[in-house]
Amino acid sequence: MTPHLGLPHAYMATGSPSFADFLADLAPEVLPGRLPMSPGDANSLAPHGTTIVSLRGDFGAVMAGDRRATMGNVIAQRDIEKVFIADEHSMIGIAGTAGIAVELVRLFQVELEHYEKIEGLSLSLDGKANRLATLLRGNLGLAMQGLAVVPLLAGYDLIRGRGRIFSYDVTGGLYEEHDFYAVGSGAFFARGSLKKLYQPSIELDEAIAVALEVLYDAADDDSATGGPDLARRIFPVVAVADRDGVRIVDESDIAAKVTRLVARRMERPDGPMAQINDGGAA
Amino acid sequence: MSVPFYVSPEQIIKDKADFARKGIARGRSVIVLEYEDGILFVAENPSRALHKISEIYDRIGFAAVGKYNEFENLRVAGVRLADMRGYAYDRSDVTGRSLANAYAQTLGTIFSETPKPYEVEIVVAEVGATEDLDQLYRLTFDGSVADEQGYVAMGGSAEAISAALADSWRLGLGLAEALKLAVDLLGRHGSDEARALAAAELEVAVLDRNRPRRTFYRISSSKMSELLS
Repeated sequence: MTPHLGLPHAYMATGSPSFADFLADLAPEVLPGRLPMSPGDANSLAPHGTTIVSLRGDFGAVMAGDRRATMGNVIAQRDIEKVFIADEHSMIGIAGTAGIAVELVRLFQVELEHYEKIEGLSLSLDGKANRLATLLRGNLGLAMQGLAVVPLLAGYDLIRGRGRIFSYDVTGGLYEEHDFYAVGSGAFFARGSLKKLYQPSIELDEAIAVALEVLYDAADDDSATGGPDLARRIFPVVAVADRDGVRIVDESDIAAKVTRLVARRMERPDGPMAQINDGGAA
Repeated sequence: MSVPFYVSPEQIIKDKADFARKGIARGRSVIVLEYEDGILFVAENPSRALHKISEIYDRIGFAAVGKYNEFENLRVAGVRLADMRGYAYDRSDVTGRSLANAYAQTLGTIFSETPKPYEVEIVVAEVGATEDLDQLYRLTFDGSVADEQGYVAMGGSAEAISAALADSWRLGLGLAEALKLAVDLLGRHGSDEARALAAAELEVAVLDRNRPRRTFYRISSSKMSELLS
């Protein structure tokens, strides 16, 4: 028998531990990507977030993002944050349509916490990655109208004892990356730079330094990626996931690292040179 | 055709209430009490998986006695309501008062409109920024709500424990003191003979106002033993 007052039946029903599923049944209009839209390309209507990079090692994983959002040739925002803590052991970065991306992150955060509270334990890292793929799939209609969102997920896998990175395409396709990855408009330049600077035995401090170098390289060649703004003291957001959990690195630490990086670039604008050991004689 | 016997509404309500009270009185007790940094939940519960104490939201905790499937149902509904509200508005807009109201309506309706009332008693606790903003709502099987000050005891020996707490609880107890007090009372009143409860027989959690965002955490057996020694 259904009570006529008090909590509606949907709240009391035995069901899925997923918050997004619950929302889809009860109030689908508040889910990102579920609004009916008139046809046409909406790509130029809203700000876009740009570059996110992530790299992993045995210590865990690092994720960093620049602070720029663009609308066509205009800088829409100088200090947008695009790297977030998803839960105690994972972090998420976003590129693409900023408004929808930020909403997707908010939904993903609640999704993880909701599962944890209902079930009494956290999802596995693979489970989190799959849930994000499902949420992203809900946005496919908007993506086809130019409002695409591309997230990047990284975290510390407590079962395997190492950092892991998951990338996505706009259709919700999920791919685990071996060592490093980058998404957003500056991703091509960032990946090129990562290839030369990454090594599997990398430690935490070095990984943060590499992420900052890579973002600098991306901003160097991609006009939509913001470089460090020393005048306004706006620096990349860097998050770390390791055995102890996830944290955003203190801005003062990043400021010091970026200041040293810029000083090095004064000497050598293209950044550090990779060593080549080809072994043979000429 | 036989005519059903007339039973007065007073009698129906009384029978239902007696039935629910009996069900609740069979279970072990739970104590919820304020301490200097927030709110402490202590339950006699040997199970590691079937919780009597849970997190609802950033500053809101839940404790229950009675039939597990019934209070689990209410707990899940509370988590859904809180997450829904926090997502639709803002995390700071989720309050213990609105949750207690929703539970009261639900329990009241179930009590009056279904043949079998819920055999549960629950506490919704919200930790505030300071001690005087802490809130404890006690909800009974018929949907009654009481705004309690300082402490609540529920379950089989609720009355005896409440009477003892009235004498021994005071504002500003430390965590170890509050835990010792609660464990001692649960052991003294749980059965015919006083027992010393071990950490493995207890479920303990706190809402600690000094933690950022999610204030709820469970106290592990080892930490509990350390606090009790």
